[in-house]
Amino acid sequence: MANWIPLWLHKLSSPPVFYRFAGTLRPWAIALALVLGLVALYGGLVLAPPDYQQGDDYRIIFIHVPCAWMSLFIYALMGIAAFIALVWRIKLAEVVAMASAPIGAAFTFITLVTGSLWGERMWGTWWTWDARLTSELVLLFLYLGVIALYHSFEDRRQGARTAAFLALIGIVNVPIVHFSVNWWNTLHQGSTIRLLGPSTIAPSMIWPLLTMMIATKCYYVASLFGRARADLLALESGKDWVRQIAEGEVRR
Amino acid sequence: MSGSLQSFFAMGGYAAYVWPAYGVFFVVLLIDWLAPQWRQRRVLRELRGRLARQEARKERPHRNSAAST
Repeated sequence: MANWIPLWLHKLSSPPVFYRFAGTLRPWAIALALVLGLVALYGGLVLAPPDYQQGDDYRIIFIHVPCAWMSLFIYALMGIAAFIALVWRIKLAEVVAMASAPIGAAFTFITLVTGSLWGERMWGTWWTWDARLTSELVLLFLYLGVIALYHSFEDRRQGARTAAFLALIGIVNVPIVHFSVNWWNTLHQGSTIRLLGPSTIAPSMIWPLLTMMIATKCYYVASLFGRARADLLALESGKDWVRQIAEGEVRR
Repeated sequence: MSGSLQSFFAMGGYAAYVWPAYGVFFVVLLIDWLAPQWRQRRVLRELRGRLARQEARKERPHRNSAAST
């Protein structure tokens, strides 16, 4: 492998370099998220036909499923960052792991609420202690646990490492959520979109879903960068580069 | 046009379920978006306050030392 890649990564893990890098990329990420999100909403709410069994109620899918994917994706990413933070003690990995937790919690919360709104009409209940729903709720508690543990320490870095440990243990829940619909007999339907083999969903419904998935990914990048920048400023507030930024904003 | 717009908002009778779902989606993400921005502004404001106090202390060392003794 070309050796400029690890070199570039090493450089990027320095807080001032990452701060600038994230600041440049963040507006593009949020712009892309907004454009793709609007396209996906138009496709999902206007262009896609009503479902032959669920009528228009199924349109909740266009936010429910992308948010559910994000809740797992962000947890996996938080787990990887937590692992790097614990093994190599890289400050930026701690920041990324801790900044991911609230975003993941937000997506998990949206998944649960939208699923509940959907379930009320389709299953006749807001909530049931079904394997998929319960494991997703556990995911929310894991996120909240990571956030609470992080904030319960006076020393931010010590808090981050302790919370990273919890995040790492909790990663066993990710495959449980994903495979719960296959492992247990659940009320929740199985997946209709498959990477291998044909999906069992109409193309007019699948493209807004996939577009929204990319939009939520872009949103995550933008939100993560915003949180990481604020955290880096707070963590490094004694350093020269942060002082320069603070003074620069006065003059502006 | 107004008829089709009305039927769009009616969501085939599921308006009370579809629109709150989308509302939650946007409100939660908006809060998630604004929270770090407020935090960043607060961090910088506190830092500027601290720098200003340090600067003031440097400019009047005598009076400060007199006051502290």
